[in-house]
Amino acid sequence: MVYDVAIIGGGITGSAIARELMRYRLRVILIEKECEIGAGTSKANSGIIHAGHHSRSGTLKGRLEWAGNQMWDELHADLDFGFRRGGELTVAMKPDQVADLHELKANGEAKGVTGLELWDKERTLKEEPNLSSDVVASLYAPTSGIINPYEACYSLIDNAVRNGLELSLENAVIGIEWQDDVIMLNTRKGRIATRYCVNAAGLFSDEIAAMAGAGNFTIRPRKGEEYLLDKRLMGIVRHTIFPLATAESKGILVIPTFDGTIMVGPTAQFVDSKYDRTTSAAGFNEVFDSVRTLVPGISPRDCIAQFAGLRAVLESEDFLIGPSSVRGFINVAGIQSPGLTAAPAIAKLIVEILADEGLQLEHKENFMAQNPKRVRFAALSRREQMRLVAANPSYGRIVCRCELVTEGEIVDAIRAGARTLDGVKFRTRAGMGRCQGGFCSARVMELLSRELNVPFTAITKRGGKSWIVTDREERG
Amino acid sequence: MRKLTSPQLKSSYDVIIVGGGPAGLAAAIGAKEAGAESILIVDREQKAGGILWQCIHPGFGLHHFKEELTGPEYAQRFLKQVEEEGVAVISDAYVLDIDKERQVTLMSSVYGMHSIKAGAVVLAMGARERTRGAIHTPGTRPSGVLTAGLAQKLVNMLGYMPGRRIVILGSGDIGLIMARRMTLEGAEVLGVFEIMPYANGLNRNIVQCLHDFDIPLHLSHTVAQIHGQERINAVTVAPVDDKLNPIADKGWEIPCDTLLLAIGLIPENELSRQLNLRLDPVTNGPIVNSAMETSMDGVFACGNVVHIHDLVDFVTQEALSAGRNAGEYALGQRRPGDNIRLVPGNGVSYCVPHTISTHQTHTVYMRVRKPHERCSITFGEVYEKKLRYAFPAEMITVTLKPEFLETFHGDALVVDVHDRE
Amino acid sequence: MNATLTHYLCIGCPLGCRLEVEDDGNDIVQVRGHQCKRGENFAKEEHKDPRRMVTTTVAIRGGELPRLPVKTAAPIPKNRMQDLADELHKVVVTAPINLGDVILANPLDIGTDVVAARDIAAV
Repeated sequence: MVYDVAIIGGGITGSAIARELMRYRLRVILIEKECEIGAGTSKANSGIIHAGHHSRSGTLKGRLEWAGNQMWDELHADLDFGFRRGGELTVAMKPDQVADLHELKANGEAKGVTGLELWDKERTLKEEPNLSSDVVASLYAPTSGIINPYEACYSLIDNAVRNGLELSLENAVIGIEWQDDVIMLNTRKGRIATRYCVNAAGLFSDEIAAMAGAGNFTIRPRKGEEYLLDKRLMGIVRHTIFPLATAESKGILVIPTFDGTIMVGPTAQFVDSKYDRTTSAAGFNEVFDSVRTLVPGISPRDCIAQFAGLRAVLESEDFLIGPSSVRGFINVAGIQSPGLTAAPAIAKLIVEILADEGLQLEHKENFMAQNPKRVRFAALSRREQMRLVAANPSYGRIVCRCELVTEGEIVDAIRAGARTLDGVKFRTRAGMGRCQGGFCSARVMELLSRELNVPFTAITKRGGKSWIVTDREERG
Repeated sequence: MRKLTSPQLKSSYDVIIVGGGPAGLAAAIGAKEAGAESILIVDREQKAGGILWQCIHPGFGLHHFKEELTGPEYAQRFLKQVEEEGVAVISDAYVLDIDKERQVTLMSSVYGMHSIKAGAVVLAMGARERTRGAIHTPGTRPSGVLTAGLAQKLVNMLGYMPGRRIVILGSGDIGLIMARRMTLEGAEVLGVFEIMPYANGLNRNIVQCLHDFDIPLHLSHTVAQIHGQERINAVTVAPVDDKLNPIADKGWEIPCDTLLLAIGLIPENELSRQLNLRLDPVTNGPIVNSAMETSMDGVFACGNVVHIHDLVDFVTQEALSAGRNAGEYALGQRRPGDNIRLVPGNGVSYCVPHTISTHQTHTVYMRVRKPHERCSITFGEVYEKKLRYAFPAEMITVTLKPEFLETFHGDALVVDVHDRE
Repeated sequence: MNATLTHYLCIGCPLGCRLEVEDDGNDIVQVRGHQCKRGENFAKEEHKDPRRMVTTTVAIRGGELPRLPVKTAAPIPKNRMQDLADELHKVVVTAPINLGDVILANPLDIGTDVVAARDIAAV
């Protein structure tokens, strides 16, 4: 069998492309090397839908950022993931930075970004009373949003699968060949034949392109460390707070996440390895030193978790999207910030490019744009909770106390494809709160074991060798 | 043991107790003693008894039962007594909310959602363990980094091993206990690393869990880096400077497949925060008066939810008293309010209860900030208790009698620790 | 015979007294540092014949849990702890089990029984 399109990479870009392609009568397969979708760069970032005015007009990034920004409301309405347009403030902490705010505003308006407002000190502090009183002025951008990026990936893929996408997880492409006009992908799980191939392999897109002889570019990983703070600080800022880039600071943000925690970060540091997701004492100090100049009430003692992600950066610092010298092979590379924001626009662009390259697009009239609503117990009213528990007792059993996640939601997540502790965690938030899974890990393992009919010893944190427990070795 | 059946839920109880661990169980006995007739314990685990079921080591009950028991024996005895007293215990249930009129909303898969009126409420939710995030250990985020308590549950109750080559960070009691458990189960414990210059667990555990098995304890050392992509494969450990930062060039790498964290407990106060109770920033638990009553009328608290205890017997003692007071409150008996605030002074990190009254005998629980040998605890000028030594890891109890308190005429009594020559 | 001075940390209670045992090479001459009779006795025993309670788990079949906590009915010589733990790794019992049930009678001739430390119902 020959697929119409094979997508390599199940991050936010690949997921958005897959869902967009499923609107048409096409046979599409998505190949992801990890055992869960969105497990790389897409999981470990700031979770911001950028307002649209930060990237320069004239760049591909600049164009797709604003176009993508405007598509998220419809996706959110259809697909049900954590998303809210909370607005952002870029703050000037010194008088000589006010000119930069004006420039930023002009840049945004040139691109058509709506609603930008310059606020003086008084207005800024009225809206954000916990900001440092050193603040001079700010630029308000109401189009900025916050999102749970991993949930967006799951929702897009779940929807694509509902509409016929084939998913090949824990599978990596190890070689690419041609037979006539068919691309043969050699994968760990066998050969996949396809007429078109979209390389959305993120950090590894340069290696995939090299396998195909379809591009001569290099991806450098740039690490960003992020720190999550206790919910106790909920409300300390209402908007995402951006500093202006200065010589000393690369721009550490204060982000009120969709779920009520505050996240601070990211750092930005080139690293040698595409696997180097280590956090560091230096990164920790950089983040908290910087953030405390913006919001003095934030303390390192409130940190509940930390992680690092790797941005896939090209020399040009721009996106690289388009057909390659090899027929049918399309590159989508260098999708660093604002790649999450731009993803829906990238997906539309890829469909156009595939059409230009000769792919026949025929609308599928039975395309289901919407996902069934997920149950999120903690977000329901008491009355709704009561009705739900009466109808299905497993929603009456709390598994994760910190985030109030029920057994029913965890079972739903497993049935939707979660295979690992992290898969459950990112789909349901079980284990994401202040106890970081101390209480619920064992219960979640019991549920994974029961639903998937596997022993405890086969359950992993996130696939591969990330086992949790071993059997007791009876001696004697 | 008889399987606990699911009792019929009533629409109101004299006392509702949130949490069925050692604190909740003892509070129920206390409430019964005070004359409360209908008592409900709401526990979120499959079976009430709390963390005791996984604490299979001995050391429980010396004060309360006058014999040394293991955790499960202690739990089973208490549960039996509670059942015989006619206390209703529902497990696998969760309290979602308590309002100002003490209308308690609870939920379980068996009962669904219910709103029940309580004459008095006792909070006994216990504590949770601090995690890696709280100490932001640098490095990768592999599997195999887990709290000692979770490891204890996996080994003692579920029958699995978290790994075979173990490094333990933190010398809290659970960490020490797990060092012995893992060794007896055939794992290799490579060392216990404690960032402070003194151990955080009880002396008996240092002796019986480390010395007995030749497990090294490295004081003033910490884990500086975690290694491994999928599963942890090594840690870098290093001595720390006087600001507790690791000294990188003195560090060394230890290959291992597991890092257990025993870096302390934090009172479990989700519900307390929701109720807007006044909390003590040092204990992270509710501020309580001498009746163990919180800032909310008729809502009492006891055990690890108030402050972290190192001995379950003290939890029991405190909870019996909280339960008695809750029982009295539910029966309409009001005692006069407290007139003296206890103020932690020199070298004292906290005192519980936070207030006391002149005309009663009080047990005050407190901790010192650093180790002392030959010291005194003073309560203003009215009372002095001499101690041969005091350690932050060992809670100190002081009994204050009216004969001393009656000589005090202020409203704030400062508690200090002094070294004696 | 050489006189020795050995230090022990008392484990009788949380106070953790620092104990000192003076031995003339033949017998204990004096115990110092204790605050109670139990402490003094502990120092003597720890010096002559150190003993420990062993608590561990054994496999249980057909019960509500896969492991049964067990303990020695009395303290055993310290240097036999690992032997006993290893011996107990071979044991599998069947639910129901009641607290106090003898799981192994005088295993390895250790001088005491190993008993169940809780009930486990059959399922």
